[in-house]
Amino acid sequence: MSAAVETPPVIPAKDKVETPFQRFVSEFAESKLALFGLVVFTIIAVVAILAPFISPQNPYDLAVLDIMDGRLEPGSKSGDGETTFYLGTDDQGRDMLSGIMYGLRISLTVGAGSAFIACMVGASLGLLAAYAGGKTDSAIMRVVDLQLSFPSILVALMILAFLGKSITNVVIAIVVVEWAYYARTVRGTALVERRREYIEAAECLALPKRRILFGHLLPNCLPPLIVIGTMQVARAIALEATLSFLGLGVPITEPSLGLLIANGYEYMLSGKYWISFYPGIALLVTIVSINLVGDQLRDVLNPRLKK
Amino acid sequence: MSVYLLRRLIQAVGVVLAMSLIVFVGVFAIGDPVEILISPDADQMERERAIKALGLDLPLWQQYGIFLGKALQGDLGRSFVFNEPALTLIMQRMPATLELALAATFGAILIGLPLGLYAGLRPNSVGSKAIMAGSILGFSLPTFWVGLMLIMVFAVQLGWLPSTGRGETVTILGTRWSFFTMDGLAHMVMPALNLALFKISLVIRLTRAGVRETMLMDYVKFARAKGLSPFRVTFVHVFKNILIPVVTVTGLEFGSTIAFSVVTESIFAWPGMGKLIIDSINVLDRPVIVAYLMIIVLMFITINLIVDLTYSVLDPRVRLEGK
Repeated sequence: MSAAVETPPVIPAKDKVETPFQRFVSEFAESKLALFGLVVFTIIAVVAILAPFISPQNPYDLAVLDIMDGRLEPGSKSGDGETTFYLGTDDQGRDMLSGIMYGLRISLTVGAGSAFIACMVGASLGLLAAYAGGKTDSAIMRVVDLQLSFPSILVALMILAFLGKSITNVVIAIVVVEWAYYARTVRGTALVERRREYIEAAECLALPKRRILFGHLLPNCLPPLIVIGTMQVARAIALEATLSFLGLGVPITEPSLGLLIANGYEYMLSGKYWISFYPGIALLVTIVSINLVGDQLRDVLNPRLKK
Repeated sequence: MSVYLLRRLIQAVGVVLAMSLIVFVGVFAIGDPVEILISPDADQMERERAIKALGLDLPLWQQYGIFLGKALQGDLGRSFVFNEPALTLIMQRMPATLELALAATFGAILIGLPLGLYAGLRPNSVGSKAIMAGSILGFSLPTFWVGLMLIMVFAVQLGWLPSTGRGETVTILGTRWSFFTMDGLAHMVMPALNLALFKISLVIRLTRAGVRETMLMDYVKFARAKGLSPFRVTFVHVFKNILIPVVTVTGLEFGSTIAFSVVTESIFAWPGMGKLIIDSINVLDRPVIVAYLMIIVLMFITINLIVDLTYSVLDPRVRLEGK
């Protein structure tokens, strides 16, 4: 033992050093459920991206659709016997499998896109509130508190009632609903971080404010932001689906999962369940897989749970 | 106490004013008020007369003053579709929504409390893990999706429960209630359960956390050491203490239950004010939209005020804090 003390510490071989990222990956992989969620979500995302190439038909090419194939049961063949509709068809004779793939594209784009914009807006305002303090802080936080005291669906309804129905307005509504969560989270973390020495050092170097905020403060507020961001993507997808289901969301020409479900709703009561059911399952699997990943991220990135 | 009460009241009035300004600017300034308030069938002459009559040629702040003045007298405009005062329309439909929201709230407590209690007392059993997993689903699944599944299973496949409308109602004190007929109750089961789902999950989590915390308290240990039966310890000593936060949160959530009934009412064709607002947004019946938003904002602020005031009665620290 004593000999070992005198020799200079052995530098471990390069490949044995765990970078923070590798540690993060291995901690994340501890939960099989979360890994499963990640795999499922990746498949969903790939299907959504590749929808135009892998879907059996283009559901919006009216030349392909045959109204005679309308409301066929899952697994039945088209009138000309060439295609099989594995998940059935809707009232227009549209293959539900293709419809779902295209619907996923729209749901994911709207959900992730608006969650991303909300993150930008909310994180910036949260940072500003924490860094500026004083009146700016209390003004921003008062708006956040006021907004969070109203349920999301009400805020979204209000926005859509003011602006009218369109896909852009749905995105605006989701951004307005969600920015407050980001702002509150980032402000909380930033308030702690801004008292640290590295911020003091950056201030002493007379770096521009923008650089301190976004170059120094923001990267250190990222872990909780990532967790909130993941959960909010799932919430955004659910909210978009709800609004579309209520007929206030995406236009009928670009149906998201929510609108597909709404379209099949009237046929459900007559036993033609598949028009609503399968898009519903797609929506469910998407939301649950994102939540599984988000749950594990929260555990891994929470400094209080660090061993 | 009276200082606190006064300050809190002034705050509430301030929020109501701010929200009325937002709604006003939203509907009257962002949208085109002429298009909103004058029926599209009107010709040029009628339009100009209406613009004058509605004061749309006045500056915006004066218009806001007029809007506010009328709103205080209970005049929030007339619906284009029903040609009735918007406020009357909403008031007619409010009892149905309140009935549903009340049923959902009580349902949430009746279902959530026992489940949460079980999950808190036996945190490692398979049963409580299943309950907790279920509560995660209750939080993350969109309400409308669960509603559809309920209809699919219980109305279409099994045919046990009706899926639309209120069913048979009884008129008591001038309003119609579904609570008091078997048919009405059968109609209410699914929508109420659907609306309650989020709250059931919430109550389960609150109760479980409360039980797990309370079980470690000294007075529980003492009660056990005294030789009281586990039943008495759980249902008298522990239960009383977890009930306070659970009831408070459920009360606070009542407002959001009413807001979320928009979704449930649309699925189950429940003739409440939530369905009315969706229909109104779809046909751009904006006086009704304004009236709905103002009423629900007022409701929210009242609920928050009542909860805050109750707190200050129960817990003196709250009202001393601001001094």
